[in-house]
Amino acid sequence: MGYASTIPLSAKKIARCRQIAKSIGAQVADLVKTNSTVGTERAVLRLLGFNEAVPNEQGLLFPVANLITDQVKAHDRLHEGALYWIANAIIATKNDIPKLQERVMALEVDVGTLAPQDPKQVKSLAQRLAKESFQKLIQSRKDRNQTAKKLKDPVKEKRPLKYVIVATGNIFEDVTQAKSAVLDGADVIAVIRSTAQSLLDYVPQGTTTEGFGGTYATQANFRVMRQALDEVGKEVNRYIRLTNYCSGLCMSEIAALGALEGLDCLLNDAMYGILFRDINMRRTLIDQHFSRLICSKSGIWIMTGEDNYMKTTDAAESGDQVLASQFINEVAALNAGMAKNQMSIGHAMEMDPNYEKVILMEIARAQMTRQIFPEAPLKYMCNTKYKSGDIFTSHAIDTIFNLIGSMTNQGVILLGMLTEAVHTPFLQDRSVSIRNANYVVGGAVGLGDEFGYRSDGVIAKFAQKVLDDAVKLLEKIDDMGIYKAIEKRTFADVSRTIDGGKGADGVFQVERGRYLNPFFELMGSKI
Amino acid sequence: MGKINFNNLLPYGDTTEDGAFQLSFTLPVEPSAKAREAATQMVRNWGFFDVKIAHMSKIGVNYSLFVVFARTEKGVDYAKLEVPDLGGEKRSYKEIDRLILANVKRPIRVVGACTGYDAHTVGLDAILNMKGFDGDIGLERYKGFRTVNMGSQVPTEELIERAIKEKADAILLSKVVSQKDIHISDMRDLIVRLKKRGLEEKFILIAGGPRVTHKMALEVGFDAGFTIGARPSDVANFIYEQMIERLDKTETQPAIGKKKSGK
Repeated sequence: MGYASTIPLSAKKIARCRQIAKSIGAQVADLVKTNSTVGTERAVLRLLGFNEAVPNEQGLLFPVANLITDQVKAHDRLHEGALYWIANAIIATKNDIPKLQERVMALEVDVGTLAPQDPKQVKSLAQRLAKESFQKLIQSRKDRNQTAKKLKDPVKEKRPLKYVIVATGNIFEDVTQAKSAVLDGADVIAVIRSTAQSLLDYVPQGTTTEGFGGTYATQANFRVMRQALDEVGKEVNRYIRLTNYCSGLCMSEIAALGALEGLDCLLNDAMYGILFRDINMRRTLIDQHFSRLICSKSGIWIMTGEDNYMKTTDAAESGDQVLASQFINEVAALNAGMAKNQMSIGHAMEMDPNYEKVILMEIARAQMTRQIFPEAPLKYMCNTKYKSGDIFTSHAIDTIFNLIGSMTNQGVILLGMLTEAVHTPFLQDRSVSIRNANYVVGGAVGLGDEFGYRSDGVIAKFAQKVLDDAVKLLEKIDDMGIYKAIEKRTFADVSRTIDGGKGADGVFQVERGRYLNPFFELMGSKI
Repeated sequence: MGKINFNNLLPYGDTTEDGAFQLSFTLPVEPSAKAREAATQMVRNWGFFDVKIAHMSKIGVNYSLFVVFARTEKGVDYAKLEVPDLGGEKRSYKEIDRLILANVKRPIRVVGACTGYDAHTVGLDAILNMKGFDGDIGLERYKGFRTVNMGSQVPTEELIERAIKEKADAILLSKVVSQKDIHISDMRDLIVRLKKRGLEEKFILIAGGPRVTHKMALEVGFDAGFTIGARPSDVANFIYEQMIERLDKTETQPAIGKKKSGK
């Protein structure tokens, strides 16, 4: 028996997991190579600057990006890519992008019906437009880095970032709550989206003051919160990260808008959409790739959603599927050229608190994940499944969560709320939660370095078993193929089929040799 | 323990009938002597006395958190209270599943929705979705149930259509928003529309929500009302027992008015 500063885990087995995950990733790469989606095309338009909206028959604001995509689709031109037809329209009308947008809004121009121009000229213009938009994105990243550099960055401190949500439905009320949270000690503010926004096939427009269980993710709302966090960040001399959610039917579009508006993180996981929102898997896997390309080059951390699997299964037993999914998510991010320190890989403390030795098992899971993804700013989520109206016990659970998150050096801890099972947090709930984290995180700095793990202890055995099971599970997934595996309830005990789910009609085959999306190359896609 | 007066039942702090409360709330002003006094007077205005501000501290920019202890003399006549009880045994998910398969011999079909403008699916999801609530797994996970969760903002008529289409045994209506008693009128809406089509006896009707009580649900015409704290297994067990009751009835005396539970 001996003690070591880390849990003894087989490097060979970890490497084996990565090797299998690579093969699984190649299955998705095949899909991405030959297909695109209306969502991806709209994201291209967003990057080009088509970000206005027009009122539709119901008086709702309908984005120009949707309008143009619909025009191109209606005339069966989408398989060449939206960018191709924008470049075509610019040559045909001699308008620049702002003017073209204006005229599309006035319904004077239908991008789908303009006469085809010389393909060579169209292509070369398309390349130039993409390059210019890409430069803008890079510039916006540089600007953000400049802002960050002037302040202290909590990432550089040896402790997890404290992440809290705001969810009032009103972006201006959210600002008040976010600023309060920052003054209390929060490092990351997540604006929860309105219920089921992930199922909208367009991005709502403008600042919004009404939502259900959250606030709509819109470009204008992003801007309002970004500005507020920069202001309060200056006040406390801390760089405050802003995060939102882009999984869903507008996965790549929201990534584009987030990048333009200086978001730091985005919850970004096709598997979440597939399993928990019943979004068509082809649709969202394709969108995911483009959204990750955008995040990758914009310096945005992606946050993955494996924590959700633990809510629908017994988290003491589902460690293998969480780990398998994390490897698959890592490969998908690598295929988008993403740096490992941008991968905020997700997991959670979701085991039944009534289990004996549950704290040991949770430490095992958290430490194991830390060791397997050493560079990732791991996203560690607090218990939600075993929260009840008993706010006092809930608060106790959150304290242990903060302690485990600290001693295992998680990147970001998603603070628990004592009223988790009751309502979206009151101002005081969030404050009490941050006070708890301030105490525990501050008090436990360096704790993990002071102790070792028994080589034959409960913690080591638990972690080793999860890794062993993950190898087997990944082999199984690779054998049957990722799509079949999802159908066979491999993840979260949920079954989805390749043609089922929402948004399937938005997937289309691209015309080889004619389809244009220069962003793939500009952004360093490995697919 | 002192003698408890059931005609004026009071909270118990550390002495019988001390009527002790603990409260916490936030005021949108900075902590100060004035804020403390404001909190004290406010709590007195609510009918409490012996008000102790145990804690006042700053939240964010200009808010203060209060933890307050106070007492009350205003109790409730517990002896006279009549509250219909949902009754029924407490059963685990596995037991209910086994009973359904043994006695109903097919999955029970359940359709649930939040109707009207209500977009808060937290309660409905807690009961129906796999995840469940506080470790008690949702009906979707049972072998004994086939569930359809229609989600939020479903028009009542669509809920009825879907229930017919799915040959549902039970309808779950979840109402979280309760401004202007909208939860009650939306609950009534379902009953009225079902009655219009002669369908009110066809389904086991269950309502749920933070301001739904069993008593109120019965009055409106539902078979049961569940509120905060109800677990999926509570709802599952109730539906199972209703199914058995109805199956017994159709075997012995077909097609008479249904018996309300708890009466």
